[in-house]
Amino acid sequence: MRTKVISLIVVFSFLVVGALAGFAQPVEADTFRVGIVYSEGGLGDLSFNDLAQAGLMRAVDELGIEYGAIEPDSPADFNPALRRFAERGFDMVIAVGFLQAEEVIEIAPEYPNVQFAHIDQAHEDLDNVTGLIFAEHEGSFLVGALAALVSETGTVGFVGGIDSPLINRFEGGFVQGARYIDEDIQIESAYADSFNDPSRGREIALSHMDNGADVIYHAAGATGTGVFEAVEEEDQLAIGVDTNQNHLYPGHIIASMLKVVDVAVFTAIEDAMAGELPLGENVVYGLADGGTGITSLTDVDEEQLAYEEGLIDEDELEKIRELKDRVTAPHAERIEEIKQMIIDGEIEIDDWSETGRQL
Amino acid sequence: METIAQMFTLPLLLISFRYATPLILAALGGVFNERSGVINIALEGMMLFGAFAAVYGSGVTGNPWIGVLYSIGAGLAFALILAIVCVTFKADQIVVATGINIFASGLTIYFLQVLYGVAGTSPRAPRLPSIRILGMRYNPITLIAVALVPIVWFILFKTPWGLRIRSIGEHPSAADTLGINVNRYRFICVLISGALAGLAGAHLSIGEFSAFVREMSQGRGFIALAAMIFGKWHPVGAFGAALLFGYAEAISIRVDFAFIPSELIRAIPYVLTIIVLAGFIGKAIPPKAIGKPYFKGED
Repeated sequence: MRTKVISLIVVFSFLVVGALAGFAQPVEADTFRVGIVYSEGGLGDLSFNDLAQAGLMRAVDELGIEYGAIEPDSPADFNPALRRFAERGFDMVIAVGFLQAEEVIEIAPEYPNVQFAHIDQAHEDLDNVTGLIFAEHEGSFLVGALAALVSETGTVGFVGGIDSPLINRFEGGFVQGARYIDEDIQIESAYADSFNDPSRGREIALSHMDNGADVIYHAAGATGTGVFEAVEEEDQLAIGVDTNQNHLYPGHIIASMLKVVDVAVFTAIEDAMAGELPLGENVVYGLADGGTGITSLTDVDEEQLAYEEGLIDEDELEKIRELKDRVTAPHAERIEEIKQMIIDGEIEIDDWSETGRQL
Repeated sequence: METIAQMFTLPLLLISFRYATPLILAALGGVFNERSGVINIALEGMMLFGAFAAVYGSGVTGNPWIGVLYSIGAGLAFALILAIVCVTFKADQIVVATGINIFASGLTIYFLQVLYGVAGTSPRAPRLPSIRILGMRYNPITLIAVALVPIVWFILFKTPWGLRIRSIGEHPSAADTLGINVNRYRFICVLISGALAGLAGAHLSIGEFSAFVREMSQGRGFIALAAMIFGKWHPVGAFGAALLFGYAEAISIRVDFAFIPSELIRAIPYVLTIIVLAGFIGKAIPPKAIGKPYFKGED
C-alpha cells in the first residue's frame, strides 16, 4: 500500500512540475514561431526532409524566426506532434509529407488562429491551411526525355518507393518524357513498397537491367540508394531525385530531378509573417518558377560545392565532369527546348496522381 | 501461359538465394534457441543492429570482413541481454524481445546521428566482394548461410550436444534430472541465434549494399521466424521455407503479372505460414517447453 501511495505522489508531482513548466514558458508576442513536423524517414534522407530543414534554417537566419521541430518515429506520432505546436500557440505549423494528410485535416480546424502549411499535399475547404505542392511530373518529364536520349538499348527503368498518388506523379512524368522522345521505348517500372529498403531497390534495379534498361530513375527515398548501388555494379546509369544526388555515386548518376522544397518552405514562412500566405488555397511549384527542374547537364558548379564540403574528392568530381561532357552535354539544348515547350504549354503532361497509372 | 513459364526459370531460383540469405541465417538461429525452449522474436532487432555494426566496422577499418565480425559481435551483445534477462533472470521472453526490437531501432538511429550526423542513411563503407556462380552475383555470406544448413542439422540431430538441446526444449526437468544444465544450454543457444541474426544484418548492409539505412531490416527478422515455423523448427525445413519466401520475392520483382499486384505475391508466404500453423499442411508442433523459463526443482 505504502509503495502505491509513494508512486502516486511521485507521478502527481511530475505532472504538477510539467504543468508549471508549461505555464512558465514565456510567450513572446514579437517573435514569429514556426513548428515543423517532418515526415517518416526523418532528417538525413538527403531528400525532402533535409530540404525542408534547409528552408527553415534559412528563415531562422534571414527572418529571425524561432522554431520547434519534431522527427516522428512513426505515423502515430504525427497527431500529437502537430497538436503540440498548435496548442502551444505557434504562429505557423509546417507539416512535411503526404502521410500527414488526415492529421492536418483533423487538427487544423481546431486551431483557426494557427497558419498551417502542408508540403506535398493539396487541401481544399480548410481556411487556415495552404498546400505546397510540386509539379513533379514536369521535372520528371525532363529526366524521362533525357533518359530516352541517353539510352543505347532503347529501354529505361523506373523504381518507385510506395505505389501512391505522389510517386505515380513522378513515374507518369518520366514515362511520358521518355515516350515523347521515342514512342516505342521499352519502360521497366516497379515499386518497392518501401522508402527504406535499399536491398529490394537493388534487386529491382538489377531486374530492370537484366531486361535491358541502361538508365534508371528512382523516386524511392533511401530505397533508391540501392538502385544506385546496382547501377554502379553493372556499370550503367541512374537519375537522382529531389536534391542533387549526382555526387553520391560519382560517374553513374547523370542528372537529378530537383524539387525545391527549401524554397517553398522559406517562401511560405516569409508570406505567413507578412500575412500573405494564401490560406485555403494551394501553391503549385513547377518548371516555370523553378519549383521543379533538372540539374545542370553541362557544368559541375553545384557538384563543386560537394567537393568543397569534402563529400567527394577531386577524382570523383572529375568523374562527374567527364560523365556530363560525354553523356548529357550533347542533349542539353534539346532538353532546354523541351523545358521551354512545357513552360509555354506546348507540351501537356498528364498528372498520374489524378489520371491513374497509364503504362 | 508465358507468365507461368516465367515463374519457373533457373535465374529466378538463383536470385531467390540472395533474398533468402538473411532469412536462412536468422531462421537457423531461431531453430537453435527455440529448440532449446526460448522464443526469440528479437531476431529483427539483432539483425538491424548487426547491419549497423557491419557498416561501422567496415568503415572504420576499411575491411568488410572486420565489419562481418562486428555484426556478429553486435548480434551477440543483444543476445546477451536477452539471455541474461530471460534465461538467468527468467523474465518474460516476448516482452523483453519486443523491448530489444524497439531498442535496436532507436539505438541505430541514435548512433547514425552521433557518429555520422545523419538520421537516415550512413556514409558508404567497403562492401564484401561478390562472387559469380552460374552467372549470378552472390556475396560470401550467402555461401556461408547455405553451408551452415547441414552443419546446424548435424549439430542438432547427430551430436549429443544437439540431443541435449532438443531434450531441454521438450522436457527441461527431465533433462535436468539427467544432469544437464538447462539454463547454460539455453544461454548458449540464445547467443548462437544472436550471432547468426547479426551476420544476417551484415548481408543486408555490406553484403548486398554498402551503407546502413534506418529500419533497413524491414521485418526480415519476423519473416525468418515465419520461415522457421513453416519449416517446423527443423534446419532443413527452415532453409526450404526461407528459399520459398525468397522465391516469392523474386517472382514479385521479376515476373509481371498483369492483374495481380506485387504486394499480393509477396503476401503468399505468410498466407502459407498461417495455413501451416492452422494445421492444414501437416502439423507444426513447437517444442513443448517453449517460452517457459526453467526454474530448477519445480514442475
